[in-house]
Amino acid sequence: MVNEPKILGFLCHWCCYAAADAAGVARFQYPPYIRAIRVMCTGRIDPVFILDGFVKGADGIFIGG
Amino acid sequence: MEAGRSPNVEIITNADVQEVSGIAGNFRVKVRRQPRYVDETKCTACGVCAQYCPVTLPDPHNQNLSQRKAIDILYTQAVPSAYAVNPDYCLFLNKQECKQCTRACQAGAIDFNQRSEVSTYQVGSIILATGFKQVNPAKLKTYRYQDSPNVVTGLEFERISSASGPYVGKILRPSDLQKPKKIAFIQCAGSRDKISGKSYCSSVCCKYAVKDAIVALEHEPDLDITIFFMDMRMYGKGLETFYERARESGVRFVRSRISEIKRDVQTEDLIVKYVTEDGSLKQDRFNLIALPMGLEAAEGNFYLAKATGIDLNTYGFCRTALFSPLSTSKEGIYVAGGFRGPMALPDSVMQASGTAACAAELLTAVRRTCIAEKAFPEERPVDQEGLRIGVFVCHCGKNIGGVVDVGEVKKYAATLPDVVFSKDNLYSCSQDTQALIKETIDKEKLNRVVVAACTPRTHEPLFQETIREAGLNRCLLEMVNIRDQCSWVHAHEKEAATEKAKDLIRMAVAKARLIKPLSEPVIDVIPKGLIIGGGLAGMTAALSLAGQGFECYLVEKTAKLGGNLHNIHYTLEGEDPQRYLQQLVAKVKGHELIHLFTEAEIESVSGFVGNFETVLTIRQNHNETHMSHGDTKDNEINPPSPPFTKGGHPLSPPLEKGDTGGFSGEKKEKLRHGIIILATGATPYRPDEYLYGKSSKVFLQHELEADLATCRFVPAPGDSIVMIQCVGSRDETHPYCSSICCSMAIKNALKIKEINPAANVCVLYRDMRTYGFHEDYYRLAREQGVIFIRYEKDSKPEVNEIDGKLRVTVKDLVLRKRVRIDATYLALSTAIVSQKNETLEEALPVPRSADGFLLESHVQLKPVDSYVDGIYICGMAQFPKPIDESIAQAKAVASRAAILLAKGYVKAEPIVASCDPDVCIGCAICESFCPYTAIRMTKVGKLKKAEVIAAACKGCGVCASYCPARAISMGRFTHGQISAQIAAFGADGS
Repeated sequence: MVNEPKILGFLCHWCCYAAADAAGVARFQYPPYIRAIRVMCTGRIDPVFILDGFVKGADGIFIGG
Repeated sequence: MEAGRSPNVEIITNADVQEVSGIAGNFRVKVRRQPRYVDETKCTACGVCAQYCPVTLPDPHNQNLSQRKAIDILYTQAVPSAYAVNPDYCLFLNKQECKQCTRACQAGAIDFNQRSEVSTYQVGSIILATGFKQVNPAKLKTYRYQDSPNVVTGLEFERISSASGPYVGKILRPSDLQKPKKIAFIQCAGSRDKISGKSYCSSVCCKYAVKDAIVALEHEPDLDITIFFMDMRMYGKGLETFYERARESGVRFVRSRISEIKRDVQTEDLIVKYVTEDGSLKQDRFNLIALPMGLEAAEGNFYLAKATGIDLNTYGFCRTALFSPLSTSKEGIYVAGGFRGPMALPDSVMQASGTAACAAELLTAVRRTCIAEKAFPEERPVDQEGLRIGVFVCHCGKNIGGVVDVGEVKKYAATLPDVVFSKDNLYSCSQDTQALIKETIDKEKLNRVVVAACTPRTHEPLFQETIREAGLNRCLLEMVNIRDQCSWVHAHEKEAATEKAKDLIRMAVAKARLIKPLSEPVIDVIPKGLIIGGGLAGMTAALSLAGQGFECYLVEKTAKLGGNLHNIHYTLEGEDPQRYLQQLVAKVKGHELIHLFTEAEIESVSGFVGNFETVLTIRQNHNETHMSHGDTKDNEINPPSPPFTKGGHPLSPPLEKGDTGGFSGEKKEKLRHGIIILATGATPYRPDEYLYGKSSKVFLQHELEADLATCRFVPAPGDSIVMIQCVGSRDETHPYCSSICCSMAIKNALKIKEINPAANVCVLYRDMRTYGFHEDYYRLAREQGVIFIRYEKDSKPEVNEIDGKLRVTVKDLVLRKRVRIDATYLALSTAIVSQKNETLEEALPVPRSADGFLLESHVQLKPVDSYVDGIYICGMAQFPKPIDESIAQAKAVASRAAILLAKGYVKAEPIVASCDPDVCIGCAICESFCPYTAIRMTKVGKLKKAEVIAAACKGCGVCASYCPARAISMGRFTHGQISAQIAAFGADGS
């Protein structure tokens, strides 16, 4: 479990989500633990979402914006 | 990509123009298209063909520093997104063997039967935007580009420091792939060099050398970087600050044209010999040298000029005139970007918009006659239906299928709640799969569609259109990114990638269960423009808008039109600005679609894109004496054309009657319009140094111009006219460079020499920034005996007046002595500063830079759009610029504004916010946080409620996340939907 953390990601459509796509195009390899939710802006992230993520079992929350 | 997606842009690649016949409004263009050997409609750009292709060749995108295949795509974002065979290298085309790509391509896109084709197109107008090319460094022997691997061009250096470049962003030198410690940039290679035939200045090299130096230092802070230069030409918005930043980060600037480069064969280092300004000979060793090469006309220019019949200038660039900078010598053919001459990105983008306005003016009568608008079937109502979700999982050839177990994912998707159908496809974006999706929606009565494939950023519009064609609202689609953010980045972890794909699909299905059809709010646009500022830019913009058939209001603060153009009496290019001004004013006053208000100020502006309302205060005592089409009387006689209506929305009421204010001598006028163009200009700074205003012999540069033009000052033999550059500019007073003052000084110096060659002219300068083709006039001035003396910022010239004699003292950095000049006339080139207008700034708070100039929404890519939708900026209000650039920019705003006006409506994306007034508590938190002023508080009965202006909303959702009552909902990203995704994230059984 320690080696396989569950990460929940919130990615801004305009920047971080695009960057994550670019990482794919460049075939950069990274560990497969993140599950991303796309939002139109990190401003959309209600603090409740973060708490909820932990409640639902996330070991970490990644916010990219 | 936007061009690629437009139904009204046909992109013809691999093609050249063979012949152009006809006249403006009716051209026939013969185009020869070379075969790509790949069917664009079938290619999915998956890249498997390139993996199998056995032929490697140097990659032009990486400046030949890396390898590519004989079938490849130039770069990942290329449009059309399709591979192409390089016929010079392909084994099959040259030796009739191989065809590995044909076997590898699962989409069946490779087609070796393609042949070159010639087609004829009938068009009304032609825009030339063929760009420039880099001067060949091999031709300039001094720089040893050819025999030294560690001498690279500026473009090669850009690729070296790029993350997608040959060394994946590591700065290495080509000879041994080691990190260099010392790097030199040598400026003006193939530029400002009469011997190589490139006597003009390439304008962009200083800027990009400084950028590259800063970027390199960000990568490797220990690098030692030297830039050898003649004048650092960091003119233009924000660039002087950038130059300062480079100095502060430790970049060493050496003012010298280097004399020799020696190659050390053992270490592959390079030894640069140079003479410093004070005359001492020095040498320095570098590990890597970058040459930001000058730019020249592309060879194709000559052929294109021949085919179209347009004139080129002596350097092979397109010949344009000062007052018609975007027109070629042939009517109906316009030019933008590098074909006009070397220029930076924002100028190119701006000119591109400008030429679109030129073409639109020409073709106004036939607008909308040849465009395609897609028709869709009526939407199927789904709110009464039970959930029926269909999941389509894409293999993307081997891109996904080679890593993720697509079959297993498909089976898993079928087990999720409300999923009634799941299927895997080889390529979901191929035409046959699109047809299959539509059929399935129909057959299975699907009412939510989940596509697990690549990224929604590129493919969501395609799938949205597909389901819309099948009668579903486009918001009933949810995409899952299992390629770019899954299979591609976990290529060696097949099981984990498959698990991730399943999790992401489960989360998407959870969201899909809550998605609903959404309408796209349509907001009508009042098809009229308001232009604030009646100078050159304002008048040009008004005439262009009116020329495109749109009514506009032109508001000028003073009693007469013309602004700064009144101060220009002659030009370097030899044109007559005052005559042009008269013609322009006459055209503006005579145009029936332009309503002119002089001595008018903006009192207030309200509304948003498409629907602005402005109140003007007009000083009335002069009203009879000046032209005004826009007074109340006119409006009564000629009511504006009936408002445009769309979708049953009530539209703008007719223009309201002018409401005469209570004060005598003042009148108020209420205007309604769809867009605003700010062209409020700028003004020369009046300094309190160098005895300006104190001595009768000290003037500003434009005052000298007026004195020379009107013979108030006639230079006599032996007279000494001194000019001081950068007064109150590039210093603490105004840190930026005003771009135009050097050329202005040269212009006046040449005028003096023309009037009296025996008069002495001496220019005291810091860097001469006569960029572009103006460099030739700088050389001419030197040849005619104008003396140039450089001074440093911290040892400014001194000016004294003793017994009526004006004495200028300056430290000459070459002679290393103080030089004294008894001046007959002193002209100061001062900074150009933004116009202060507090009333306007209060009425219309558009963001400004620290220097006080209006800010563009994106410096490079949206150079004439302000931060606020529907408000555009041009002319010197944006930044000081010469006449031709002001005109090009004014045309550009007219083009940007006309897009909205011609369309007649703004369609808000379905991602916008909406507020439920029954839940809203009226706290106004959302209003204060909205970065786009898209929320306003309105009174509903006794209560205040938030109302979202859909046209201005960008869907960021800040309001929704702050709303304490959860009254605000984001289209496609509701609280419930995101919460469902989070819940599904946790529901993986672990």
